[in-house]
Amino acid sequence: MRAGTEAAFRSKGGSNWKLGRWAERLEPYLYIAPSLILLSIFVFYPIIRSVYLSLYLTDPLGNPKVFIGLRHYATQLTGGFFQSLLVTLKFVLYTVPVGLVLGFILALLAYQPVKGSRFFQLVFSSPLAVSAATGATIFLMMLNPVSGIVNYLLGLIGIEPVRWLTDPKWALWAVGMVSIWLRLGFNFVLMLSGLQNVPEELYEAALVDGAGPWARTIHVTLPMISPTIFFALVVGVIHAFQVFTEIDMMTAGGPSGATNVVVFQIYQEAFRKYEFGSASAQAILLFIVMVILTYFQFRLGERRVHYQ
Amino acid sequence: MIIADRFSKVLLYLALILAALVMMFPILFAVSTSLMDPSEVNTFPPTLIPSSPRWSNYVEVARSFPIFRYLLNSLIVSTAVTLGQVLTASLSAYAFAFMKFWGKNALFALFMSTMMVPWEITIIPNYLTIRSWKLLDSYPGLILPFLATAFGTFLLRQFFMQIPRELEEAARIDGCGRFRFFRSIAVPLARPGLLTLGAYTFLSTWNQYLWPLLVTNSRLMRTVQIGTRFLMNEEGLQYHRIMAGVVLFMLPALVFLLWGQRYLVRGMMAGSVKG
Repeated sequence: MRAGTEAAFRSKGGSNWKLGRWAERLEPYLYIAPSLILLSIFVFYPIIRSVYLSLYLTDPLGNPKVFIGLRHYATQLTGGFFQSLLVTLKFVLYTVPVGLVLGFILALLAYQPVKGSRFFQLVFSSPLAVSAATGATIFLMMLNPVSGIVNYLLGLIGIEPVRWLTDPKWALWAVGMVSIWLRLGFNFVLMLSGLQNVPEELYEAALVDGAGPWARTIHVTLPMISPTIFFALVVGVIHAFQVFTEIDMMTAGGPSGATNVVVFQIYQEAFRKYEFGSASAQAILLFIVMVILTYFQFRLGERRVHYQ
Repeated sequence: MIIADRFSKVLLYLALILAALVMMFPILFAVSTSLMDPSEVNTFPPTLIPSSPRWSNYVEVARSFPIFRYLLNSLIVSTAVTLGQVLTASLSAYAFAFMKFWGKNALFALFMSTMMVPWEITIIPNYLTIRSWKLLDSYPGLILPFLATAFGTFLLRQFFMQIPRELEEAARIDGCGRFRFFRSIAVPLARPGLLTLGAYTFLSTWNQYLWPLLVTNSRLMRTVQIGTRFLMNEEGLQYHRIMAGVVLFMLPALVFLLWGQRYLVRGMMAGSVKG
């Protein structure tokens, strides 16, 4: 009797212990489950579905109908995608270098320890809080060819009014202007934190060696913050490659395709023409181009960037 | 490089003020136009400062355009996404930082691989998914796809890793369960990380454009950014009213920047690496 209860007790305890171990083994998965389930539905599955869709002709509802292999890729690489890729590359060239230089200059100015520098730092970072849609609306008014303030100011120094958004020569520059301004807050903040991490002794040493302010900027500041500049370059290119809002708000890809960047083209293809298959192929091509570009930036950058 | 002498200081201030005027010009211009009399807008030469502030522009635009409804929509969506991301990311980040389990490294690599994938690839299938669930034009449709991020998991894991493991072991010997340790010790210790993720997520959700453009159809479901897009269409060339709307739409984010600049900036720097 006694032995029996003891055995029962022990077996009960044993199964409890086993259950406890199971629960303990299972517990980590419960912590991960919410993220994993959501990522599966909204990231992993969509990637596979995009690849799948890109191999098909789709009906207007987005159902794959006819398997056509890589034909979307072939058509796009010689046609629409290639054209919009060229526009996007131009946009990257117009906006990223200028944005980096301006961000660096602003950071140099606001880094000086004078009264009110905190105030100027806040002012220079203010575009961080401005959304692309808001920025685009304000610039639409400022760039109005007849009553806009930009053409008025240009007129004061004798420059003929520019049809910013309707002249194919200027439209990409006009949109680029907005993008540079919107991004400048971020570039400034990034460069400022880079400057703040340069050890003071280096400047003192350069001063002792008789280096003037210009020489110190070129030979001390620039090499020391080159990793920051490199980082700003890489993320700036990725960001500019994905420009959409300003284009949609200001030019809708026009005039005559002059601002038809890749993401806008994908949007048109999928949600205006309902060509989901071809749009998916272009999205994947965009991803591949971005990976290649980032890879080459790292290859080239690693050699020039000075790491401590 | 530090500038010392007086002459350079004057030059520096001139440069600072000039740069500040250029940087702030679009914002100041919007505020100034929002207070103009209709007769002062679209004049040649352009008016810079209104002769007397006309506050009724704000009343007029709020009456003809559902400004506050859009602000509310954006607030609901951004808050829900922020809370959701902080919750899901802190749970999974905690598991990756503190627990041992089968397949951990593979799962972590799987999570991290999604950080490189740009949203252009996922947006079409996600649109089809949300449409098939009949969630177009609804809050869940705006919120659901963004409730979990690999980036958040990665960021918070960094913060959890700074907590000494001995602390967890000691707490468990004292009979503190894992979830209790997570909730009452790990999460409070990782507060700066949660705030960083939260501030970044809130602002980037607030500024989202393409997704809400795709999934909202009815006038009252639009978010602030989509509202801004339609402000131009619906108010015609009434720039005094358009700019009043723009200022109202811009204000929350500017206040948010003043409040949380430190966290926001840290989050943006970390967040800018993902596609």
